[in-house]
Amino acid sequence: MAHAITAKNVWKLFGPKPEQYLANMQGRPSYEKIQADGYIAGVKDVTIEVEHGEMLVIMGLSGSGKSTLVRCLSRLHDITGGSINVDGQDIMSLSEKELIELRRSKMGMVFQSFGLLPHRTVLDNVAFPLEMRGQDRHDRRERALEVIKLVGLEGREEYFPRELSGGQQQRVGIARSLAIEPDIWFLDEPFSALDPLIRREMQDEFLRLQEILGKTIVFITHDFDEALRLADRIAVMKDGSVEQCDTPDQIVLNPATEYVRKFTEEIDKARVVTAAAIMQPHTMPSSESPVAAQATLRELAKTLVNDSREVIPVQAEDGTIVGQLQRQVALDVLFGAD
Amino acid sequence: MSATQDLEYRTTKSSISNAQIALLLVIAAVVLACLKPWLPAWLIRVPVEAIPPYEGWLDALFNFIKDDLGLIHLTRALSDALENVLDVTANLLYGRRRWPNIGPIPWSAVAAVVAVLAYYLGGWRLAALAAFTCIWTASIGQWDLAMQTMSVLVVAAPIAILTGLIFGILAWRYRTFDKALRPVLSVLQTLPFFTYLLPAVIFFKVGPTAGAVATIVFAIPPMILMTTLGLRKVPEEIIEAGKMCGSTKWQMLFRVQLPSARTEILVGVNQVIMLCLAMVVLTAFIGMPGLGAKLLAMMGSFKIGRSFEIGITIVLLAIMLDRMSKAWVYKQPIHFQRGAPWWRKHQFALLGFALFVVFILLSELFPILSEVTRKQSLSQGKEIDKAIKSFLAIDGIRAVTEWLRWFLNVWVLIPFRNALLWIPTSAFILVIMAFGWWLAGKREALIAGLFFAIIASTGWWDRAVITLYTVISAVTLATLIGIPLGILASRSPRWAERTLLACDTAQTFPSFIYLIPAIMLFGVNDVAVVFSILIFATVPLTRYTIEGLRTVPAEITEASDMSGANKKQKLSFVQLPLALPTMAVGFNQAINFAFFMVIIAAFIGTQDLGQELQRTLAGTDLGKNFVLGMDVALMALSFDIIVRKWTETRKKALGLD
Ligand SMILES: Nc1ncnc2c1ncn2[C@@H]1O[C@H](COP(=O)(O)OP(=O)(O)O)[C@@H](O)[C@H]1O
Ligand SMILES: [Mg+2]
Repeated sequence: MAHAITAKNVWKLFGPKPEQYLANMQGRPSYEKIQADGYIAGVKDVTIEVEHGEMLVIMGLSGSGKSTLVRCLSRLHDITGGSINVDGQDIMSLSEKELIELRRSKMGMVFQSFGLLPHRTVLDNVAFPLEMRGQDRHDRRERALEVIKLVGLEGREEYFPRELSGGQQQRVGIARSLAIEPDIWFLDEPFSALDPLIRREMQDEFLRLQEILGKTIVFITHDFDEALRLADRIAVMKDGSVEQCDTPDQIVLNPATEYVRKFTEEIDKARVVTAAAIMQPHTMPSSESPVAAQATLRELAKTLVNDSREVIPVQAEDGTIVGQLQRQVALDVLFGAD
Repeated sequence: MSATQDLEYRTTKSSISNAQIALLLVIAAVVLACLKPWLPAWLIRVPVEAIPPYEGWLDALFNFIKDDLGLIHLTRALSDALENVLDVTANLLYGRRRWPNIGPIPWSAVAAVVAVLAYYLGGWRLAALAAFTCIWTASIGQWDLAMQTMSVLVVAAPIAILTGLIFGILAWRYRTFDKALRPVLSVLQTLPFFTYLLPAVIFFKVGPTAGAVATIVFAIPPMILMTTLGLRKVPEEIIEAGKMCGSTKWQMLFRVQLPSARTEILVGVNQVIMLCLAMVVLTAFIGMPGLGAKLLAMMGSFKIGRSFEIGITIVLLAIMLDRMSKAWVYKQPIHFQRGAPWWRKHQFALLGFALFVVFILLSELFPILSEVTRKQSLSQGKEIDKAIKSFLAIDGIRAVTEWLRWFLNVWVLIPFRNALLWIPTSAFILVIMAFGWWLAGKREALIAGLFFAIIASTGWWDRAVITLYTVISAVTLATLIGIPLGILASRSPRWAERTLLACDTAQTFPSFIYLIPAIMLFGVNDVAVVFSILIFATVPLTRYTIEGLRTVPAEITEASDMSGANKKQKLSFVQLPLALPTMAVGFNQAINFAFFMVIIAAFIGTQDLGQELQRTLAGTDLGKNFVLGMDVALMALSFDIIVRKWTETRKKALGLD
């Protein structure tokens, strides 16, 4: 089956005549060269795939093109070059009507500053996408109440956005984007505007929701910790292009470029790297007191320090032994000796 | 070689600054003026033979549009429709004998509904204000007059709002439309109101219909501007959210963008309502009955007491309408608990309706609740008249006003006017250009020069100069009073707050009102004209001085405190320079107000463009009316363009905004 989203050589240039500029482009000019020519490369030759049910986190500094990329994927921006398929459908070829249909049935999006309609109650905000597709009043109320409950805002249905805290407002944003039961869910720095404590709480909430819903998710953040907590895969962006797109442990352990390495330097790798990520094939005879494959090295710290064996067996969730851990390698990651 | 050329070019360019060019122009003007006896006639005034027959051309054009293109049929059809609506409101509000023949509604019932609406919008204080206004109006015996005015306003304002909204949406949507519309709007906003009146009378029927049309046209521009502004300000994320929710273009406009632009749109509504009130009052000049007409009649026969009472009614109505529509701007929806019964959700509508019915029934029992008859009214016109006149006759007061009148007339106004009239047209235009070049730059100077040249070529130069002289005198005096007042007020935050409130309130008064104290103090002459403009123009000057001084960042004043500046140094070296661009906005407004007022003041008896304009109202001389109006507009626009440009450059230079 096709990927949920396939983006091939996607370009998005801002400037006076972007199509013409792209068509006449020679070779692969740098971001600076493009800028000197009077264009901004919001997205620069990006190729990326998102699997069904996967959570892809796009991460990078502010201005690196994350929002622009996601707006291309949802066709809020028309791309300058390349192609984007959603469920096997080329979204650039959709007519206005088909595009509206796609958004009404398949896509949901959450915004950094919430994008709530100030003149509507929580209930009416959440029901808004349903109203757009012409669902009848009763149905939409019922469905809206359901999602409001899901995000834990029961009892606030009649409030107006300005009467809610930031965290609650973003819950409304989330509820609204979920109202139509989208297959693909875009979130553009949904928690960046919130206080750190609330951000943490919202992340937990978000993971809980994802557990229930299992959607295909493209999640943007500039916060590496957040990316590591949530991601199945992370795409690191710089100057409009994707530097590396990989699982969190691979990003941490094998940064593809100098930029990514710098980025991950400050990160406590032991919090990210799991036993499974650095284990070797199982060769040792003993399978006594194994460690769990998905456990991070940080979680295993005590065992690693206290266990005196050179190699430690690794056990998958179902109880089978899937590999072995070289204690010294693990300790090196844990104490950052490279 | 090209490098040296470049350098040369740059040095020559910077070696002559705008101020120097302005100086050169002034010198040239002085030379021309000194040589006046020897100048050829055409440099002194545009000779009569050389004046193009604009008026005839315009008349031909108007006639072509009116008759040959058949616009008159369209406007007559429109005016029939409008007349029907106006008849309904006239019948309901003051019982004019027209369909549906059920009015007039008892004043107490109207008052009750207005008070409930005020309560809904802004709480009990606003309700008290509304109730007081209504009770005052009724008990002073002016209810019918007020309703004659209101019956036009309640029709004109909604039409202006709706039209403005539609144009605003179009201007926001289509750039070319916007670009074409902007200059038209600036001209419309500077054209004197009298220029709206005559075409309204000719194309639409005399009476309320023409008054309503002129009012509508005059009130539309701010609505257009606020609508476009509001729609532009809707956050991108809200629009994107709307798109991602799958809205079509229409759904987006009506359910996302317009509601999100609510604040600006409602500010526009407030401005339209206030403008409509001011203009409906002024339609007295084409014989529209109502508060304005009565005021005009009373002032004309020097009945100060009655004028004063009508003035208070107009002011109260203005404050009430302003406060109510502003409260609407800030009114946020409040939520009801889930499952609240329907009567709770509609409590205000129900209360309003209930009181309406109750008061209609009560007024059957007590006729005074339906209509306050002449004998019952509390009007003290004669007594106030006497009181004011005897107050003014007190020796001390009289000495002051008479001395002021004598001093201003003999030593300031008349010499200044004669001097301006003496200057040859060509020298005058050079001075105007110098002013523009000095403050703004080449482009603005050329535009201003061109505009004044056009004025000269219309043959109304002397009258235009008199208009200009009045404006300059009044604005200069207003500056001398308004700016120190603003500086004084901003010494303490509390006084600043109070003065701002007073200015805000004063700005809501229909301009017509300002004639009352002027006539009261100085009688019917030039000094009264200047005085009325002076009060009207002082308000924005004081207001923006305070605003400007207030917006100087605290860090900067603190920094100057730390560098040991004393109060005076701080004011003149730090605060005033930073406040100047904002103050210029006030100055610009003052000039605009002055041009507006000077035309209305024609009523007192001036010899300027306004007088001629007012005379055209009696006839059908559309061409002349329009030429005169354009002369005023061109002068106002020249100043507007120059001051605006200066403000802009200054703001940029200071890194404000
Ligand atoms: N509509 C636009 N017009 C011009 N430039 C834009 C536009 N939108 C974004 N950009 C530019 O594209 C770059 C990437 O922006 P964005 O995608 O918002 O970054 P991020 O979301 O990673 O912070 C920035 O340099 C920004 O200035
Ligand atoms: Mg962004």
